Amino acid sequence: MRLRRTCAALLFVAILFAALLSATAVCAQAGSELRFCLAADPKTFDPLQVADDASETVRYLTGGVLVRMNRLTQQLEPELATQWKVSRDGNAIGFTLRQNVRFSDGTPFTAADVVYTIERLMDPALHSPTGDAFRFGEGKATAKITGANEVTITFPKPVVGLDTLFDEVAIESAKSPRNEMAVLGPYYVAENKAGSYLLLKRNPNYWKRDGQGHALPYIDAVRLEIEQNRDIEMLRLTRGEIDLINSLDAEYYDRLEAQAPKMAYDAGVSLDAEQMWFNEVPAAPLPAYKKAWFASTDFRRAVSESINREDLARIVYRGHARPAVSWISPGNKFWFDAKLTPHPFDQKGALRLLAQDGFRLQNGVLRDREGHAVEFSIVTNAGNTARERMAAMIQQDLAGIGIKLNVVTLDFPSLIERITRSFNYEACLLGLVNDDLDPNAQMNVWLSSASNHQWNPNQTKPATAWEAEIDALMRAQATTLDVRKRKQDVDRVQEIVWQQEPFIYLVNKDTLAAVSTRVRNAHPVVLRPQVYWNIDRLWLASDGTGRR
Amino acid sequence: MKWARRAAMVFLAAVFAASLLANYLAPASYAHQFRELPDAPPSSQHWLGTDDLGRDRYSRLLYGTRVSLLLAPAAALLSSLLAAAIGGAAGFLGGWVERCVMAATDLVLSLPWLFLLITVRALLPLNVPPIASVAITFALLGCLGWAAAARVVCADARALRGSGVILLARASGSGGLRLLCRHVVPNLKPVLLAQFWISIPVFILTEANLSILGLGVAEPLPSWGSLLRELENFSTFSAQPWLFAPLILLVATVSCFHLALAKREDWA
Repeated sequence: MRLRRTCAALLFVAILFAALLSATAVCAQAGSELRFCLAADPKTFDPLQVADDASETVRYLTGGVLVRMNRLTQQLEPELATQWKVSRDGNAIGFTLRQNVRFSDGTPFTAADVVYTIERLMDPALHSPTGDAFRFGEGKATAKITGANEVTITFPKPVVGLDTLFDEVAIESAKSPRNEMAVLGPYYVAENKAGSYLLLKRNPNYWKRDGQGHALPYIDAVRLEIEQNRDIEMLRLTRGEIDLINSLDAEYYDRLEAQAPKMAYDAGVSLDAEQMWFNEVPAAPLPAYKKAWFASTDFRRAVSESINREDLARIVYRGHARPAVSWISPGNKFWFDAKLTPHPFDQKGALRLLAQDGFRLQNGVLRDREGHAVEFSIVTNAGNTARERMAAMIQQDLAGIGIKLNVVTLDFPSLIERITRSFNYEACLLGLVNDDLDPNAQMNVWLSSASNHQWNPNQTKPATAWEAEIDALMRAQATTLDVRKRKQDVDRVQEIVWQQEPFIYLVNKDTLAAVSTRVRNAHPVVLRPQVYWNIDRLWLASDGTGRR
Repeated sequence: MKWARRAAMVFLAAVFAASLLANYLAPASYAHQFRELPDAPPSSQHWLGTDDLGRDRYSRLLYGTRVSLLLAPAAALLSSLLAAAIGGAAGFLGGWVERCVMAATDLVLSLPWLFLLITVRALLPLNVPPIASVAITFALLGCLGWAAAARVVCADARALRGSGVILLARASGSGGLRLLCRHVVPNLKPVLLAQFWISIPVFILTEANLSILGLGVAEPLPSWGSLLRELENFSTFSAQPWLFAPLILLVATVSCFHLALAKREDWA
């Protein structure tokens, strides 16, 4: 009996201790400070004028938005708006706003603030990069207060993915004397020492609470230190001077994994892709026979099938990448066409394809129908080690089918000049950084009239039947709100691109991050910001050891 | 210090010989990628291990030495000849010619070399084989590197113009080409030789800097510069000390050139 009583008492003490521990974990942590680095000073604190990574970080940490994309589930969730509804024709959206919310300076949040923000956002004089995403067609967007806590925003033309775009619109105060420094997000800018650091402090008026009713965020302050050198950033992480690195390359990741495996995170395949393409511009200053090679689907597919993508992923990205399939990464769960598979590494098949086009292999040299030896150059940006390595590997792969490839590294402005203005290049190897899930964000790549239609930009009418089909499909998906129909159209575009290979997709890199063991509740994801997307629910352990 | 100079000469001769015999001494092609062995440590098969693409580092070092050690003297010769022609003519003729040429030289010296090289490199045709690309890079270095040497040569030629030797030669009826070939050039030879020897390590280091920026020798051809790029990540040094091999060779070779140069100056 005594033993049972003792056990019960011990159990009670243990439960009490655990409860105390968990209470300390979920309550706001007075004096706690999360530290990480920015590569440069933010260029602006105005959330509507954000165009650089550092400003985007500050906007994410300080800005309050109507709806937020949950980076883990890739689904929209309510924030300052408790409900929202997009009109049937897709050109209007109505929001029901959360009540009893205040800006960081104490000013109440009202529907007038939403109207003010939208009017500023859509003001052509402001040239807001965030506002550009909403501009479909001529005309003026209007925001109207339609009820006590209701706002309706109407656009001149339907906007595809309208609700998702509000993830980047931080609401500003119409009345606060502190203008953009009055915020609705979890933190506000308390101190800014240019070139050195930026200190964000916990917003005392932040509206959000956790499941137990505790005020969020848990961490008291965020210190963003300006540090350009990635080696020093790594050193500071391992010394415990900073708590996270949002994005790592494969080499640093492996080094960290060897040194401190609990800090290294591979969140899976990212939305970014590395790709190469041939110059198919009719007016390009290239010999006619080379233009004929590059315009041939068989030639492009043969080159594609001669490249060992598995090796690129294994060697250049040390296994932290996977062979790319399409212009949409498998990391984009909804829009990726899962029916597609990477092009196989098949040099015999490639030679068969080339033979169909009149190419023949003679003494180890591939020659076209007229006897020209197949040789071309590939340009990439100087200083990007991964791309230079990929180019060297592609050079050896193509030598296997008798193609001589010359690798040329150029400084970035010269490269851009060649691929966008003079078109004086033969092939190019570059990467596409993508942080938008909606394929609509790539309209400027896939429409044949677009300037970023890199292989043959600014076409007055589509040069090929398949480009005309892509134009029609991309326009169709951009003007319908039926998600299933959009998915069908986008899948078809992915299939056409897979067959024609105007872009030869090489690899999709993994999202790699580093998080100190003292940071708890971190779940790095592929969408930006990879590590601190749930900043208001991160907390810091005092010991810094143990589990993630 | 005679023994040190001799040792330096022997070392330079050995390095030159090894680079010229790279075809026989290298265990593999500098371009061949052993893809199953990327970043391998030294072994009996790969004496200095393999690089991140699986290429044999020892073979690349031998071929890279050939590229840097053959083309750097060629570029140095080109720049010394330009310096002799421009600086020598300006100093010997004097007057407005000297003022104009020296103003042009100052202008060339004030140009930001690196940006100029990057710009000129970007304007070149793309479809050139790696060996042509490296030759072009060194030719550019040679064409742009004459200015500092020209100032030195000009000063010497100016001093020579008023010297007794030239006065005597003129008095004895020498003039024009004969004066230039028999009296001016032989008297400028020591300074030209010194400029030539000084330029070699300078060009080697410039190419190394260009390669570190990714703008030097094109893949897959190695050079000391491209090999030194592996040292960009300083945190790997302690784990892979064999990565220092190209750096040690570069420092040793440049030092030996300077020791050899001291000998040449003694001759002057």
